[in-house]
Amino acid sequence: MIDTSPSLVLVVVVVALVAAGVYLLLERSLSRVILGVILLSNGINVLFLVAGGRAGGAPIVGQTPDDAMSDPLPQAMVLTAIVITLGVTAFLLAMAYRSWQLTGHDEVQDDLEDRRVARRAADDLAAFEDADTVVTTTLDEDAADARDETGPSARGDGPR
Amino acid sequence: MTVDLGWLVPLPVVLPLFAAGLALALWRHGRAQGAISVVALTLSLAASVALLVASDSEPLVLDVGGWAAPVGISLVADRLSALMLTVSFAVTLSVLVYSLAQGVADGDAETPVAIFHPTYLVLTAGVANAFLSGDLFNLFVGFEILLAASYVLITLGGTGERIRAGTIYVIVSLMSSMLFLLAVALIYAATGTVNLAQLALRLPELDPGVQMTLQLMLLIAFGIKAAIFPMSAWLPDSYPTAPAPVTAVFAGLLTKVGVYAIIRTQTLLFPGGAVDDLLLGAALATMVVGILGAVAQNDIKRLVSFTLVSHIGYMLFGIALSSELGLGSAIFYVAHHITVQTALFLVVGLMERRGGSTSLDRLGGLARIAPVLAVLFFIPAMNLAGIPPMSGFLGKLGLIQAGVAAGSVAAMTLVVASVATSLLTLYAIVKAWNKAFWQPAPVEPEAVRLPGGMVGPAAALVGLGLTLTVVAGPLFGFTERAAAQLRDPSQYISAVLPDGRRGEGESADVAEEAP
Repeated sequence: MIDTSPSLVLVVVVVALVAAGVYLLLERSLSRVILGVILLSNGINVLFLVAGGRAGGAPIVGQTPDDAMSDPLPQAMVLTAIVITLGVTAFLLAMAYRSWQLTGHDEVQDDLEDRRVARRAADDLAAFEDADTVVTTTLDEDAADARDETGPSARGDGPR
Repeated sequence: MTVDLGWLVPLPVVLPLFAAGLALALWRHGRAQGAISVVALTLSLAASVALLVASDSEPLVLDVGGWAAPVGISLVADRLSALMLTVSFAVTLSVLVYSLAQGVADGDAETPVAIFHPTYLVLTAGVANAFLSGDLFNLFVGFEILLAASYVLITLGGTGERIRAGTIYVIVSLMSSMLFLLAVALIYAATGTVNLAQLALRLPELDPGVQMTLQLMLLIAFGIKAAIFPMSAWLPDSYPTAPAPVTAVFAGLLTKVGVYAIIRTQTLLFPGGAVDDLLLGAALATMVVGILGAVAQNDIKRLVSFTLVSHIGYMLFGIALSSELGLGSAIFYVAHHITVQTALFLVVGLMERRGGSTSLDRLGGLARIAPVLAVLFFIPAMNLAGIPPMSGFLGKLGLIQAGVAAGSVAAMTLVVASVATSLLTLYAIVKAWNKAFWQPAPVEPEAVRLPGGMVGPAAALVGLGLTLTVVAGPLFGFTERAAAQLRDPSQYISAVLPDGRRGEGESADVAEEAP
């Protein structure tokens, strides 16, 4: 069994990469976010190396004695993670480029509808207007129009 | 059982993936692509139904490539997985037919989205892989497959609005994937395995503090995917901009994959219930904040998206109770909610087509113009709000009974909140109904004939929702048996690792032969 106590250098690398990645993720510009994602995922990949313990010989039966082998499983997982990150990064770059094509910048924008709802709430307005609440007449006009069984208009001899 | 049905287990993953490759190769032939997709999903649905029947007696396990369990990847179909697979393939098949008809109606059967079918098939393969995975890293891969496909689908066409909403969706999803990967790395560092069954054996031996850290990291990663408050703000912003069939399948399935992952990890890996109070609090906040968001909305797609967030709270409630009835009701609610929410989004897509808008200010008079559409909206809407005797009511009733049985102050608060949320759902839905269907149309929409191929699948899903009501008794029995199986992790463990150490792949024999 090889030594599984973590290497301090690797741990420091993980901390630096993840911290820088998180910082960049908080930016508005999509290009910086992409850089953040790349740093973050690489930080996590290095963490997998920490999880696998110290490096040993190639894990091939017959070439390395059993107790001096590296753990191959984290390396397989890191490879998978690298491939996934590669694909996603390519997609993100394409999206940033498309955003630049359409708007001239690649900033992540706010939710417009949320802003609209918040603005109307701040002005104390209804979020929407009902078709039958759009008032164009005054109360007096409404009162005059209201049907009154005993009033002059009901008998047909008063002014309508 | 005499017949070994293990070969059925990988079919729901392999068939759509194979078909995706075929559909991509035939990108010039729209019709062939459609036929391939329909055939692949129909066969997968059949395999899922077979798994549903077969897994009721015991979990089916396949060690992929003959590598025995803790070393190789295992696929496991227990009752929960099989039920989720069956419901999700029924839903994806309906949505596929709907989108085919939409393509025909819009005259873009050939152009411009030859990429739709391959991506859609990859999405379903990813969902199936996540449901079947018996391995934490493979679960991550399943998530990535479905997420990568969903990134493409949500930005389909690359219009300004979709890029804007897609950016937020992609970044938030990436964030959750990174957290998940981080948790996998730490779990491997702590236990030296990623096999779920072996993790269930080894995690309890860890220090409780470390266990809690790992549990919370997984919970946050899945919570973002399942849109649990306060990690839900991305959902109502990004979903409504996608094409109607895409929104429908996202709303129905993707959040439920997150819920499934929470159920699986909470019951199998961390059965102690250490964070149940936290989950109850999250369930309360998700229900209430989600539905208040829905009440404030003026766009029907966004309104329905907010109800989706809100109703995730119900499932979380059942998971947090972790009693057999609570968990069983939560699983029933997931099955109900997948069908109803997808049906509702498909119908909203039809309303947009007929009324020319999704803004409730501009819609109107649809009850007079399109009475069939009114019926199709009304049934799932009432089902969502939980009007008796429909399945939404039965699911909520089960949850409330489980909450009352638990009897604690937190559980009783949740019972009250779930009733209030149900009423507010009714309010929000009735508001949408009044404005879209009953108010006089502000602008008379152009006469558009709704294609039968689009109405048919929507009606089929509405019918499936009603069928769930009719078969609620047996279904509830099944979900309670699934819950009982989940509450007894030893069944899962002994299915994957029959002798407690290794699975049944070929490498197990080799390991025994070796000195």
